[in-house]
Amino acid sequence: MPRLLRILAWRLLQAVPIIVGIAVFNFLLLHLAPGDAADVLAGEAGGATPEYIAELRARFGLDQPLPVQLGRYLANVATLDLGWSFRHQKSVTELIATRLPATLLLMLAAVATAFTLGVVAGVTAARFLRRWPDSLISVLALLAYATPIFWVGLMLILLFSVQLGWLPSGGIETVGADLAGLDRIVDIARHMVLPTLTLALFFLALYARLMRASMLEVYGQDFVTTARAKGLTERRVAYRHVLRNALLPMVTMLGLQIGSLLGGSVLVETVFGWPGLGRLAFEAVFQRDHNLLLGILLLSSLLVVIANVVVDLVYARLDPRIEVA
Amino acid sequence: MKAFVGRFARNRAALVGVAILLAVVAMALSAPWIYPGDPWDMVTEPFLAPGTNAEFRFGSDMMGRDLGAGIFHGARVSLVIGGVATAVAVLVGVTIGAVAGYHGGRIDRALMGLTELFQTIPAFLFAIVLVAIFQPSVRTIVLSIAAVSWPPVARLVRGEFLSLRSREFVQACIAMGMGDLRIIVLHCLPNAFAPIIVTGSLMVATAILTEAGLSFLGLGDPNVMSWGTIIGAGREALRTAWYVATLPGIAILLTVLALNLVGEGLNDALNPRLRNR
Repeated sequence: MPRLLRILAWRLLQAVPIIVGIAVFNFLLLHLAPGDAADVLAGEAGGATPEYIAELRARFGLDQPLPVQLGRYLANVATLDLGWSFRHQKSVTELIATRLPATLLLMLAAVATAFTLGVVAGVTAARFLRRWPDSLISVLALLAYATPIFWVGLMLILLFSVQLGWLPSGGIETVGADLAGLDRIVDIARHMVLPTLTLALFFLALYARLMRASMLEVYGQDFVTTARAKGLTERRVAYRHVLRNALLPMVTMLGLQIGSLLGGSVLVETVFGWPGLGRLAFEAVFQRDHNLLLGILLLSSLLVVIANVVVDLVYARLDPRIEVA
Repeated sequence: MKAFVGRFARNRAALVGVAILLAVVAMALSAPWIYPGDPWDMVTEPFLAPGTNAEFRFGSDMMGRDLGAGIFHGARVSLVIGGVATAVAVLVGVTIGAVAGYHGGRIDRALMGLTELFQTIPAFLFAIVLVAIFQPSVRTIVLSIAAVSWPPVARLVRGEFLSLRSREFVQACIAMGMGDLRIIVLHCLPNAFAPIIVTGSLMVATAILTEAGLSFLGLGDPNVMSWGTIIGAGREALRTAWYVATLPGIAILLTVLALNLVGEGLNDALNPRLRNR
């Protein structure tokens, strides 16, 4: 079997117990929540007879012993059936599927921004170690690292939407504008600028600091001395020799951050009214729609598992020394 | 110890952090004297800009509540929730990490599987779900933040214990017939103290940010005034009264910054060889 395929198979195998564990955990949380689906439906209808509630429970299988319910839940999850949202009168999977693209778009844009700018900032800081560009980047990174993400969003709205009027303050596109083709893409891109920057800022700071440390680590290795001895310019040494090797740890970091990126997007989507998964989670909290909320949590955890497998593959592709452990 | 204090005191950034942190602690402690009333009380006219009224120097929000009272009382909430949540998380993480690292084998695999499980679930989303299910209160918020932040401590402590277990002084303890608990608490734990302290101080910062995020979303304890709650409410009036959402945000920023500076200062002082990184 080719090496990458072998690594993929091994990682998928390792992911199975984690996924099952997360599903069991979700099931337990769902049952710890006060009030089940039958109570919610009965409350919705403004009260119901105990007989009716019992009938509802029987219909949803809520009267079965817990292990039986767990088995059914796991079988459903395996077929990506995450239950029914009584608030939206839609299946949870369908609701998530309609909201997921907006979140993925925002996350990808934020990761790309944070990664690119973070690498540039980290390389610059390492090249000008303990001179003013390094100090400036370090101070900015410290500040960005400590700023609450939702507050950054509000401040950006205050500056760029309220004061300057340059960019829209919320939504994914202009409502009722009915744009098509390129105009629509430009419109969505304009709406994306502020949410993307907000979500990216924290990770930008993180990547800048990591990249700086990683660069300094590689600068100390022998091959860098060799490259310098060959008479290469400092610039070429930094970008062609050190940067390439310093990028490896950053790839791992990308995978580790997917979870906090998803958490951050709940806040960013709430601030900017972005119609994604995070906003859906926020709505589910206040509609007391536990089925939907836990479905989102389960799917987000799955996303993290998938992202980690992908990152491991990329890492193995970049570093031929990696083998199945 | 003396060398450690000396190294820490030479780090100017860390001292700035300590100074800011002391100021925030002073705000939290003095809140009941400077602002004796309930910070939720409407005490003046709404939308008072900061600096326009000598009695309400920080201005007021859209309900005429004193922003100064909110910020001072909010300092208490942030510090208490951040501190207690971190203490609980460190306790859980140290216990799990110590048992896993000390015993190894099957126990280690089971506990690390659990840790990986908790680390896979997106932390902030997980905290939201826990608070939403168990109803927002100071207690549930503290426990939820602790539930999502213990895994890194467990991994750290496990790593330390794995290497400590094979050291001679631990082997000597085992040979003497000393009990596991005694070896773990009295002999291994003190040697793993430095990294735990550093991680803990950085975790308080994260916990404060998490609490602010939760209360911004409306998942704060409805009985206490938190910085995130004020920002969440001030968001509705961003166009007319920018200062309502802005001032508590600066308070969070400074507090978290101070904790990060102190944490990094501790790290440098405890690992002098890494100083130049």
